[in-house]
Amino acid sequence: MTNLAKRKKAELRFRFYGIFSVFLSLLFVAILIFNICLSGIGGFYKTIFLTSIHFDQKLLNLEDNASEEQIRNASFSKLIKNNFDETFKDYSKDEIKQIKKLFYRKIDIELKNFLISNPEFLNKTTKVELTASTHIDQIHKGNFDRSVQEKHRKVNNFQLEIYDKFVEDQKVKKVWNSTYFTSGDSRDPESAGVAGSVMGSVFTILICFLLSFPIAIFASIYLQEFAKTGKITDLIEININNLAAVPSIIFGLLGLGILLNFFGLPRSTALVGGIVLSFMTLPTIIVACRSSLRAVPPSIREAALALGATKNQVVFHHVLPLAMPGTLTGAIIGLARAIGETAPLLMIGMVAFIMDIPSNPLEPAVGMPAQIYLWSESSERGFIEKTSSAIILLLIFLIVVNFVSVYFRKKYEKKW
Amino acid sequence: MFYSVLTLFVLSFIGFYLGKRKSIKLSQNIKLASLPSYYGYLAMLYILIPTLIAWFVLLVGENFVLEKYLFLILKEFLISMSGSEVQLFFIKIKNLSEGASFGNESDIELLGAQKIIQFKNLFLLLTYLVIFLVTAIALYLVNKKISPTFKSQRHVEKIVNLFIQLCSYVAILITVGIFLSLVFETINFFGYVNPLDFLFGINWNPNKAFVIDSSDVIDKDILKDAFGIIPLMTGTLLVVFLAMLVSIPLGLMSAIYLAEYAPKRIRDISKPVIEILAGIPTVVYGFFAALVVAPKIADLGEYIGLDVSSESALAAGLTMGVMIIPFVSSLSDDVIRAVPQSLRDGSYALGATKSETIIKVILPSALPGIIGSFLLAISRAIGETMIVVMAASLQANLTINPLEPTTTITTQIVTALTGDTEFDNPKTLVAFALGLTLFFATLLLNYFALRTVKKYREQYD
Amino acid sequence: MVNAINTKNLNVYYRDQQAIHNISLDFLKNKVTALIGPSGCGKSTFLRCLNRMNDVIDICRVEGNISLNGIDIYSKEIEVEYLREKIGMIFQKPNPFPKSIYDNVAYGPRIHGFTDKKEEMDLIVETSLKKAGLFEEVKDRLEDMGTSLSGGQQQRLCIARAIAIKPEVILMDEPCSALDPIATSIIEELITDLKKSYTIIIVTHSMQQAARVSDKTAFFHLGNLIEEGDTSKIFTKPDHQKTNDYITGRFG
Ligand SMILES: Nc1ncnc2c1ncn2[C@@H]1O[C@H](COP(=O)(O)OP(=O)(O)O)[C@@H](O)[C@H]1O
Ligand SMILES: [Mg+2]
Repeated sequence: MTNLAKRKKAELRFRFYGIFSVFLSLLFVAILIFNICLSGIGGFYKTIFLTSIHFDQKLLNLEDNASEEQIRNASFSKLIKNNFDETFKDYSKDEIKQIKKLFYRKIDIELKNFLISNPEFLNKTTKVELTASTHIDQIHKGNFDRSVQEKHRKVNNFQLEIYDKFVEDQKVKKVWNSTYFTSGDSRDPESAGVAGSVMGSVFTILICFLLSFPIAIFASIYLQEFAKTGKITDLIEININNLAAVPSIIFGLLGLGILLNFFGLPRSTALVGGIVLSFMTLPTIIVACRSSLRAVPPSIREAALALGATKNQVVFHHVLPLAMPGTLTGAIIGLARAIGETAPLLMIGMVAFIMDIPSNPLEPAVGMPAQIYLWSESSERGFIEKTSSAIILLLIFLIVVNFVSVYFRKKYEKKW
Repeated sequence: MFYSVLTLFVLSFIGFYLGKRKSIKLSQNIKLASLPSYYGYLAMLYILIPTLIAWFVLLVGENFVLEKYLFLILKEFLISMSGSEVQLFFIKIKNLSEGASFGNESDIELLGAQKIIQFKNLFLLLTYLVIFLVTAIALYLVNKKISPTFKSQRHVEKIVNLFIQLCSYVAILITVGIFLSLVFETINFFGYVNPLDFLFGINWNPNKAFVIDSSDVIDKDILKDAFGIIPLMTGTLLVVFLAMLVSIPLGLMSAIYLAEYAPKRIRDISKPVIEILAGIPTVVYGFFAALVVAPKIADLGEYIGLDVSSESALAAGLTMGVMIIPFVSSLSDDVIRAVPQSLRDGSYALGATKSETIIKVILPSALPGIIGSFLLAISRAIGETMIVVMAASLQANLTINPLEPTTTITTQIVTALTGDTEFDNPKTLVAFALGLTLFFATLLLNYFALRTVKKYREQYD
Repeated sequence: MVNAINTKNLNVYYRDQQAIHNISLDFLKNKVTALIGPSGCGKSTFLRCLNRMNDVIDICRVEGNISLNGIDIYSKEIEVEYLREKIGMIFQKPNPFPKSIYDNVAYGPRIHGFTDKKEEMDLIVETSLKKAGLFEEVKDRLEDMGTSLSGGQQQRLCIARAIAIKPEVILMDEPCSALDPIATSIIEELITDLKKSYTIIIVTHSMQQAARVSDKTAFFHLGNLIEEGDTSKIFTKPDHQKTNDYITGRFG
């Protein structure tokens, strides 16, 4: 082989390595997203049993035209027992108990809610969509291999048999899981939802934005337009650069040490979470704002100055508005990163089992990422699926946010 | 709290209106030195700044004063309690005062809660009083100042400039805050554990500091070899090393390909897609590492007859490597593209192929910058938390075998601070010592990285 | 004849490099004075001293005396914003704000507190635009962006913006150098119009323009004032050889 041919071959090989690396990186993106989607889509659906229920007035101890309040206070246990005994009268007591386990354990609440929204069915028989237990849900979605030995299964052979019969009778359906979007966290995968953590994230990011955005803009204006070069200015610049590189968990320690322990702010709240994240977002926004300020042409400043505007007026009337789109783009990117941040929030207790949907930033809350972390720690298959679904929501949100920022940048690209 | 802030803003707006109205009245006869609205702004700032400061001081001071007050009135009762019992008692009565009752409270607890409620009401009253008083004084002062020759615009601008200057000091403040919070608790930690034992100990077993009753005295001899950071360091370095093993070749080769070979269209598409990897929240990687990568690796190990732990450093390291790829590639890409075209042309003119040019000319001259980007990536990897928390082990192991379970500094910080945190126990406090170590490590790495990159930049400027 | 601006022994430095050497020059009220000279000779620097636009350049240092209507403009009593209200400036490249045409013109009156009534402001905008000869062209689109106009229109918008705050003096730094010949001639006509009410100092590198629009001409060279006088005299029989050489196009 000639020398030149060898070199040509080496060239091709090198090039191949390059393409291969890019391909592999892209492949990782694809695998990650594909995997998450595959395991998460199911979480948006749930399995239900179409069950015929007779809402016997006597068993509920309710009068005609019972008010919502009365229905809410009624005990449904007798009604449930009666209905199950009726429907499965060919089975033994023990078997009925096992059949009951195919359903989500809070049948009473589901029936109650049904009756409250459809009071006309009192004393009538109708088909109600009752949520299946998470194990059945997983089997129905095909996430669980039913051929494994019985003792390794949460669902025994008898229960499977009944389930199969239900399927045969077309009593099993997969429906859109709206509870997932409207309820907070729960111990049961069947009723756990993301609404609480979404609100937690919303409040956290809101606080983060309200703090970091104005401070970053003012700091940038000072540094870019007013500061004289000197020791302090240098020190500030060094600090900003450093903050951008400090690991996020350190900010969590700051929050714990200063905000919680020293200032006594309430633990586990979006307020503290937002403050901590604003510390992290600050450098990003400052860098973006300063470069947008720098990009405003001097001719605009001169025009305003020559009209007798003061320096402050030049900055606040002309330069800052022109730098705003760039700053906003930077802020969106910074906030998008903050939304996905988990580690610092662990430090300040924003990782806890919280059922209530927070209604203000001073209530205990968890954010989306922390909820993902919490659910992923669970050994229950149902929660794993929920985790993936939450990740899908988070990623969709981040993608939308990124598109918005790109759109912003395109739309407001320099027009002077 | 919400209403007091609202009151504050409403008052300052009233101030704005009054100031403006007065100056407009004045301006009917004579031209003012500044626009009427600046007189309004001045009044607004005169109200807003002192009231905000006062409000903030009161807010911060409230807890402090409250505890002093409780100590005073419940002295006989509290005197027999230990420090942490008092804390617990305070938390309980605070919750009680907010309505969280369990129905089993003792009389003294009920009394405490009642006192808290009284105190809070008093404090709220005080807050409003201060706000209104300050507002009145401010309005009086502004009213006296407003005259046709008074240059309110100058004053307003001075205040604004001072304010934005203070905003820029926030960056310093945060750094100082980080430093103080870390150092303060670290010193507390070193009250229990000898710094040398911490830095050079080879055993990590914080549970030795577990005490049943907080009144127990912790035996310092036991702590001697409970908090050695060495195994955490080796664990961290192992994971980071594995991550770099993935990200350096892939990131660098991608950068080279995209900068030197790829047609513009491919470059325009690939770059942002690869950067998606950097935008994915780390908790997602952690989930992926724990649920997909680790089991797959364990399966693979089993298949070829190796015993792989499900919490091996390998899973965490490889996943982290994928996450770091875009850091390496985009930083290296910038560096490579900064190499002047003249160097390339010189090499091509000598008949070198593209790859020869890249390997012999471009990479050597871009080396400082590339190394800088590696250092930045390493610093990023060291501080990465969620992946290791979710995929690595909790158990410290002095090993360099990537198949065995390992733990890292960040994992241990999280472990120490989630769940029960007692700030009089080294088990909790160690998190801050670890944090300080981490802080310095990343700072140092960044310093060197930025210095090399800067030197490199200057070379071609 | 009254002087609007007097400068005496003016020296300007950028760091330690001197850009203006000891220039003393007076400007007559309601006349057009042209500053000519090869590029880099300090015309812009000189002009920017007159409304203290050099203040914003850190490295720039001004020595000497400049007075407006007999009052020293560098004295403590004079606020630079007030000075610039009295001395407007038009730049080489048209620089309208990226705002509506209306807001461009109204900005000056607004910050100087001329009026806060909408009708009065409308009137100010309208008269200013009329004086700048732009009103007819833009009266139906006052809300359009100032930047959407053509180059010549933009420059006239800048003139309207400057005269909206009723200055006494207007400084123009090569106002036509970025414009085409037709736009240039419109502006030149405008200048002749404007001198009835304003003192105008214009920097230009076009001899013809200086000859056409100005009453007085001053010739700068390497930061020195070589010669000044009536335009007709400078262009027909200058005292200095250098002036002659420059005017006849031998250098520059
Ligand atoms: N901002 C500045 N910084 C430093 N030197 C300057 C600056 N502006 C102008 N100069 C210098 O001052 C001299 C005069 O420039 P200028 O007034 O712009 O000339 P002209 O307008 O006549 O072309 C030139 O030598 C130029 O290099
Ligand atoms: Mg010039």
